[in-house]
Amino acid sequence: MNMDNLIVSTSPHIHRKESVSYIMWAVVIALIPSGIAGVWIFGIGALWVMLAGVFSALLFEALICRLRGKKVSILDASAILTGLLLSYNLPANVPLWLPVVGSFVAIAVAKQAFGGLGRNIFNPALVGRAFLLAAWPTYMTTFIKPYDSITAATPLALLKEGKALNLGQMNLSYFDFLTGGRGGCIGEVCIVALLIGALYLWVRKIISLHAPFAFITIVALLSWIFSGEALFKGDFIFAVLSGGLILGAFFMATDYVTTPLTAKGQFIFGLGCGLLTFVIRKWGGYPEGVSYSILIMNAFVPLIDRFVRPKRYSP
Amino acid sequence: MRKIIPEFNKGLLKENPVLVLALGLCPTLAVSVSAINAIGMGAAATFVLFGSNIIVSSLRKVIPDKIRIPCFIVVIATFVTIVEMLLKAYFPALNKSLGIFVPLIVVNCIVLGRAEAFASKRNILHSAFDALGMGCGFTLALLIISSIREILGAGKIFGFVLIKGYEPASVMILAPGALLTLGFVIAFMKLKSSNKG
Repeated sequence: MNMDNLIVSTSPHIHRKESVSYIMWAVVIALIPSGIAGVWIFGIGALWVMLAGVFSALLFEALICRLRGKKVSILDASAILTGLLLSYNLPANVPLWLPVVGSFVAIAVAKQAFGGLGRNIFNPALVGRAFLLAAWPTYMTTFIKPYDSITAATPLALLKEGKALNLGQMNLSYFDFLTGGRGGCIGEVCIVALLIGALYLWVRKIISLHAPFAFITIVALLSWIFSGEALFKGDFIFAVLSGGLILGAFFMATDYVTTPLTAKGQFIFGLGCGLLTFVIRKWGGYPEGVSYSILIMNAFVPLIDRFVRPKRYSP
Repeated sequence: MRKIIPEFNKGLLKENPVLVLALGLCPTLAVSVSAINAIGMGAAATFVLFGSNIIVSSLRKVIPDKIRIPCFIVVIATFVTIVEMLLKAYFPALNKSLGIFVPLIVVNCIVLGRAEAFASKRNILHSAFDALGMGCGFTLALLIISSIREILGAGKIFGFVLIKGYEPASVMILAPGALLTLGFVIAFMKLKSSNKG
């Protein structure tokens, strides 16, 4: 018997064929329907924003990997995913340097400065968004109306400012929310497209639904109880469909690097995100809190992982 | 003389109070919004350091060990009061923009730290040069951080517009910008010193 063919290695000995790039590409594919919907709704400008975000993310990734003397691995799609998620979190009419600066912050500050892929504590795309929102708030909160180029506020902003208190006053229906006919960021508006992507990821077992389920349920529950004129009269469907909740819950609260490892941990992570999102929406200074809640919970991930460590098998 | 020069030099980079010893971070984060503020704050702190180090060093054999910290504070507070009065009299605008952080020099870790760790053990000449070195190091660190923040966050340097049409990233003037910049400058220092071996 030829011993050269034997590989001696430590456990685990059973592998799945998934690799980092396999997973990243699957998430990118899952995001495509929402991108197409974004371009359909907001016009060709949305496409340029997305391309600027993706290509600048790739460029900065390659540049910084080279500076750090690491292997340039831009084809593992993690940079593409970061750039894409960042541009999905921007309004469609921003100047094109905005996604470029955002990609730089996401890749250089949030990812590579912490040690590159797998070592970042915070979701890079959301760090980019948070930076842009604090740096150029005017651009980041000027949204355009769907199928039109006039500016329009998001439903949550209308609610926050007290300009419209229910769907009737906003001239919107739940159907508009599902198909994306409302003001908002490029990738967050079309709920149907996002759910198709999420379903694809779930069927292919790329994401588990613990975090999204807990996240969405707790927002719906708290909004139902506390957001209405009286207790238990809140419009929880509006709370779930508006803002970036669906995008955040399925595509950012399920990120492999910045969320807990165990199912129980992911559930706790989702609960925390949901609670913070509700608190920010209800009492915070910003109309929407999904991105901040995920970033804050990212910081708690090491603590959650330590708290819900799986029991070791010992007979 | 050969022993005195290193006492001054070490404060600039090797033992920079902000970037290496990580002392006095509170005023560093708070006042580093513009280069003018940095120079003003640096000069005020250097003056206090210089005065307090000399006095503490000359009194080091008189001050009882058990109550040395209150004694240091009294000395430091005296010089801070002088600085505050001088600023109010001659640089009211600077005094206004530094605000509460001028009286807060009293509790600046750098000043108390140098009194405790250096001036209370060494002679007057060494203490004076240590104070000057540390003061310059503090000013240098403030100047680096505030220049980065002022350029990115306001598009200006020393109040002059640098690039026309630049849309300032206001976050760099706010608190997150201070922490980000400080983190990156410290990381850069660490990288340089670890490369040297």
